[in-house]
Amino acid sequence: MNILLKILSFAGLALTVVPSFLVFSDTISFEMHTNLMFFGMLLWFFTAPFWMKEKEL
Amino acid sequence: MRKRFLENLDNRLDHIDEYEREPVPKEKLKGWRGFLGMYAGEHTAGTEFVIGALFVAHGVSAVDLVLGLIFGNLLAVFSWAFLCAPVAVKSRLTLYWQLRKICGQNLALIYNIVNAVMFCFLAGAMITVAATAVGLPFNIPMPGLDDWLPTSVGWVITVFLVGSVITVVAIAGYEYVARFANISFPWMFLVFIAAAVAVLPSLGVTSVSEFWPAAKDRIWTGEPVAGLTQFTFWHVMFFAWFANMAMHIGMSDMSILRYAEDWKMGFSSAAGMFFGHFLAWMASGILMAAAAGAVAPGYIAYNSAGIAGAMCVVIAGWTTANPTIYRAGLAFQAVTPNWKRWKVTLFTGLLTTIIACFPALVMNLLDFVALYGLVLMPMGAVVFLDVMFFKNLNLKSNFAEETGSKFNWAAGLTWFFTLTLCLAINIYGGVEIFFLGLPGWFIAVILYIGLSTFIQRKIKKDNTE
Repeated sequence: MNILLKILSFAGLALTVVPSFLVFSDTISFEMHTNLMFFGMLLWFFTAPFWMKEKEL
Repeated sequence: MRKRFLENLDNRLDHIDEYEREPVPKEKLKGWRGFLGMYAGEHTAGTEFVIGALFVAHGVSAVDLVLGLIFGNLLAVFSWAFLCAPVAVKSRLTLYWQLRKICGQNLALIYNIVNAVMFCFLAGAMITVAATAVGLPFNIPMPGLDDWLPTSVGWVITVFLVGSVITVVAIAGYEYVARFANISFPWMFLVFIAAAVAVLPSLGVTSVSEFWPAAKDRIWTGEPVAGLTQFTFWHVMFFAWFANMAMHIGMSDMSILRYAEDWKMGFSSAAGMFFGHFLAWMASGILMAAAAGAVAPGYIAYNSAGIAGAMCVVIAGWTTANPTIYRAGLAFQAVTPNWKRWKVTLFTGLLTTIIACFPALVMNLLDFVALYGLVLMPMGAVVFLDVMFFKNLNLKSNFAEETGSKFNWAAGLTWFFTLTLCLAINIYGGVEIFFLGLPGWFIAVILYIGLSTFIQRKIKKDNTE
């Protein structure tokens, strides 16, 4: 379960940053980039809290 | 029911400050990992969206920016590693309790009030930053570089809405926010990078080789906005060095680094400096250039990353405003010990929200950040000398504790005269506020050694007579 959550979280981070490089290389549109970033955000915040450790300090 | 809830809340808030009045025990010390994560997270905040943009507005050139940030951030890391960390590891106390031992209860109280007011201004800036994003869907007119007063009723309502939520959360859920901030950091940092990369084509950059020419001609052009001073390499370097002066040279981060196994963990601050104060500042400069010179963080982030960008501004502002309001509340509580902590936090949140209504603070954030560090710096010099060198100089450490004094005049006069001399250098020497920290530190060192020698000898002489 934890591994699945981690995969989804990292997919969220990938959806946050990778589309911008695809805009830069003119592979996708700017609107597509903002939409993918939005889904990346949802994916990260709905999965990361379940596996990330407590703040140490 | 309500009373029990508030009592539980106070107990929980008290629990957060364990080992505040006593040295941290060995078994509670932390390793590199915690410090690296903490510094990286703490220095990727809402204000980064503003600082990078203001560098562009002040007409810094691309070469000056990059070199200034490299050298300034390195000096900041050295200040943490060679000044703050050794003191923190040696004393293992918070700055406040170390100050009480050195300066006495009354002077430490004055320091606390000044510190709390500064924290309120800082948290106010974070609320303003968050409000620029919350106001976007309601078409609230955003403040510009020239705006000092609230720009509309809609703006005031938005700021109060954001400030109220942040204050309530600071009262009820401090621990959750700390955890949420921890979770948000990796995502926030990537939003900064993604937003900057995505707008590069709109600045005419379509390949890596085109970046540097565009950076020089279209982003950091070297031309300041009308009415703003021209920034040089020296401005950027000193600003990057002293942006967190209160934390390293001013010793506030003793509260964190007292948990370090070794003083070398002060170098972990490099994670914050080179992620937050290098990459994020450069990214926000790019965003401002792509937004045709707009400075409202909510707008420039939405322009480059859509809803995720606006959310990033809200979360970055919120997660940094919250601990700042909480810390300010703690500092004020020393003045009002009979008040419950939730009441103090509520008062602090209200004060901070009122401050946040005035965009002057955010539009002059660079000057405020420099002032904040400068005001608290002399007491950092006092603590550094007292903990590290006073025994070698045959002077008494922890003077107030040893003598039962409530006000160490050597420390108090050092603080007062250092700031007075810095003000004189500023007014009569024309030296800008960004540069005053360096001469100020040496002035404070000379004054504290001189005044302590004079006062301690006088007391010794009086006692022998």
